[in-house]
Amino acid sequence: MSTPTDNLTRRRLLMALPLAGAGVAGFAFWKMLSGMEHGSFNPHDINAPVLDRPVPDFPLTPLPPTEGFTAQDLQRTSKPVLVNFFASWCIPCLAEMPTLMTLQGKLDIWGIAYKDKPENTASFLRHSGNPFTRLGDDHTGRAGMEWGISGVPETFLVGPGGVIRWHTATPLTEETINRVLLPLAHRLQTP
Amino acid sequence: MLSPELGHYALALACVLAAVQGIIPLIGASRRDVRLMALAPGLAIGQMIALGVSFLSLVYAAVTDDFSVQNIAENSAVSKPLLYKITGVWGNHEGSILLWALILGLCGAAVAAFGRNLPSALRARVIAVLGLVATGFELFCLTTSDPFARVWPAPMDGQGMNPLLQDPGLAFHPPILYTGYVGFAVPFAFAIAALIEGRVDAAWGRWVRPWAVAAWCFLTCGIAMGSWWSYYVLGWGGYWFWDPVENASLIPWLTGTALIHSAIVVEKREALKIWTVLLAIGTFSFSLSGTFLVRSGILNSVHAFANDPARGVFILGLLGVVIGGSLALFAYRAPTLTAGGLFAPVSREGALVLNNILLCSLCAVVLTGTMYPPFMSLLFDRTISVGKPFFDATTIPLALPLFIFMGFGPMLPWKRAQLWPVLQKLWLAAIVAAVACAVAVFTLSGVLPILCAAAALWIIAASLTDIAERTRLFRTSFATSIQRARMLPRAIVGTAIAHAGVGITVLGLAAMSQAQHKIVEVPIGTTEQLAGYEWTLKAVEDEPGPNYTAMAATLEVRRHGRLITVMHPSKRSFNSQNQTTTDVAIHTNLLADLYGVLGDKHGSDSSPTYVLRLHYNPLAPWMWLGALIMAFGGALSLSDRRMRVGAPQRARTSPATTSVS
Repeated sequence: MSTPTDNLTRRRLLMALPLAGAGVAGFAFWKMLSGMEHGSFNPHDINAPVLDRPVPDFPLTPLPPTEGFTAQDLQRTSKPVLVNFFASWCIPCLAEMPTLMTLQGKLDIWGIAYKDKPENTASFLRHSGNPFTRLGDDHTGRAGMEWGISGVPETFLVGPGGVIRWHTATPLTEETINRVLLPLAHRLQTP
Repeated sequence: MLSPELGHYALALACVLAAVQGIIPLIGASRRDVRLMALAPGLAIGQMIALGVSFLSLVYAAVTDDFSVQNIAENSAVSKPLLYKITGVWGNHEGSILLWALILGLCGAAVAAFGRNLPSALRARVIAVLGLVATGFELFCLTTSDPFARVWPAPMDGQGMNPLLQDPGLAFHPPILYTGYVGFAVPFAFAIAALIEGRVDAAWGRWVRPWAVAAWCFLTCGIAMGSWWSYYVLGWGGYWFWDPVENASLIPWLTGTALIHSAIVVEKREALKIWTVLLAIGTFSFSLSGTFLVRSGILNSVHAFANDPARGVFILGLLGVVIGGSLALFAYRAPTLTAGGLFAPVSREGALVLNNILLCSLCAVVLTGTMYPPFMSLLFDRTISVGKPFFDATTIPLALPLFIFMGFGPMLPWKRAQLWPVLQKLWLAAIVAAVACAVAVFTLSGVLPILCAAAALWIIAASLTDIAERTRLFRTSFATSIQRARMLPRAIVGTAIAHAGVGITVLGLAAMSQAQHKIVEVPIGTTEQLAGYEWTLKAVEDEPGPNYTAMAATLEVRRHGRLITVMHPSKRSFNSQNQTTTDVAIHTNLLADLYGVLGDKHGSDSSPTYVLRLHYNPLAPWMWLGALIMAFGGALSLSDRRMRVGAPQRARTSPATTSVS
């Protein structure tokens, strides 16, 4: 037999269900968001076909004064290399440049100027600073196609032996660098 | 005069006004202080004016090409046509949030202006809740997505807008859709106010329903417009892709539809009160969460908004306060609300409960399908995608019973009903449905489309029968029927029209499952056969446009040698963004769409071949026409005297006072 108080308790529990459901959903969303912020959760990961594969062959025109690079160069290197696709017409790339500058000396960054005129790239780097030790020009977008990028900026971490170990399609942040990128690069360097 | 700084200042002012609007009337209502409560309408209108100034300054900056404003520099360009400079204001994240806030401000001002006959405490609380929600959104706008931020040095020209958005359909789609989303803030505020007061009664149901119906009409139109846009702009021949962003608008539509039906039960019978309050909270919560999910980048979608997890965290916090707070209040107060009128399972109330159960199950299914991929990815680190097959297999079996009950639900009497007399009245509709089913068996393929087509005609016939019954059509003189039709409450006519609209949409959907298409690569002069039409590619020419260059084809369509139409599908390359769009050519006779898309050019310049995609889409326009009819039915019932917010009270006041107002 249920007494009126039992009944009220049951009603209270029932009415609290929506709150509990919303709480669980909210917590899950918070986990996803914080995961996205430091790169461990990426709902768009499906679009990174080259992850954990050797770097693809790609055509690239060197941009003086630095030398360009090829897939073979990436395979031959003994240290991890960060490959960054950027363009002067892309405002997130401009926003990302100061972050890339802080990586100088900690990690080699090789840049690919995606679908851009060489003179625009040059003036872009003059204004924002040049974090790249090597730089190539992908005027036609063919290299971007081989790497399977969906837009700029997009960044890949290539481990020794030329295997792509990590990828992000959003601008790099300090937090991503310190929590994910640098620890991973460190692990790759000292196997 | 309208500088970005003035706009920024007006936005901050609106935020302060909203905060005051959210606090003072609440205190006034709890202390029964008439002077404090009387501040609410003025504050709401003041907030709306401040937001209006803020929005106008952003529009002004866009129209005058002020590229020192970052938002304008990123989304506009000198070469952009004037219309799109204006509509481009809400084509990006920052501007759309400002528009969102403006519409919320308009809702608050509408309650202030049209809610004169509400009890003063209820009105003060409703306006206060709207003020609190507005404060959150305006803070979001000011702190994380400031539309007025400047860039220095200012670029000479902007980056231009995504060409896909450069389209009249999409230009007006967001304001209408947002009005639908944000409009549900008013029923939400009514629900919260009722929970604070601890009282939900028939009058509450009567007051909340017009606002819910109005928001629902806008949401219906907004969703239909979005679907129509993807049909004629994306050029894939599809109209609904079960994309997360589309689902995010469908979910509040389903719960909102449930809300406008359950509010009837509250109004007429004082039953389902707690459930209706929960639906009002839920609908607005889903509207908010939809926006959040789209903008945080958690869901994979074709709709691009700048994805920024930091922004997502702010919105999530805001949602936590709004949704969590209101559900906590619900959990605290709802158990003490008293249950209302009783009713038998077979009755109008029973039918409306069934409607609610089915609509909410549909909502749960869509929600599951939408949220499954990110949750799987979070919990088990597996990426999967849920698509059309899942949704088709799960939603149609739930929708079919809904369609069947829709036919006779409105004809059932309140409290206790007998099924048989109602079904007897519907013999004609049943025959129509049976004949439709028989015809469909021979013309359509697939069990579900056949059943849907029969259900669609059943709904239309049953809705017409309802009106015919009420006007005693064919059983009395025609003049008497017309007279009775004039006397019918508009709410009843509106219901019948809206239900018939559902039938028309469903018929369109069923027919569209039989659409035919063909992709060919042909040289100029070739004729292709599709759906009994001969499609001939006559020529392909280059055409310059204002900020793009186009390649346009001339496509002749004949049937049995007789010329039906000449279509010009084209492909545009936009200079500023390295992007191409397809311009679909559609010829419609309202029974079917002929739909042609021009693809890439292959081969040498001397003997080129072109990719063509040809579609034959039967009854395609009916899908959107039905949605418009639904919204029209809603608007008609909104114009019913009984639905008007103050009407019941005005009737009670003496003639002397009514003549003043």
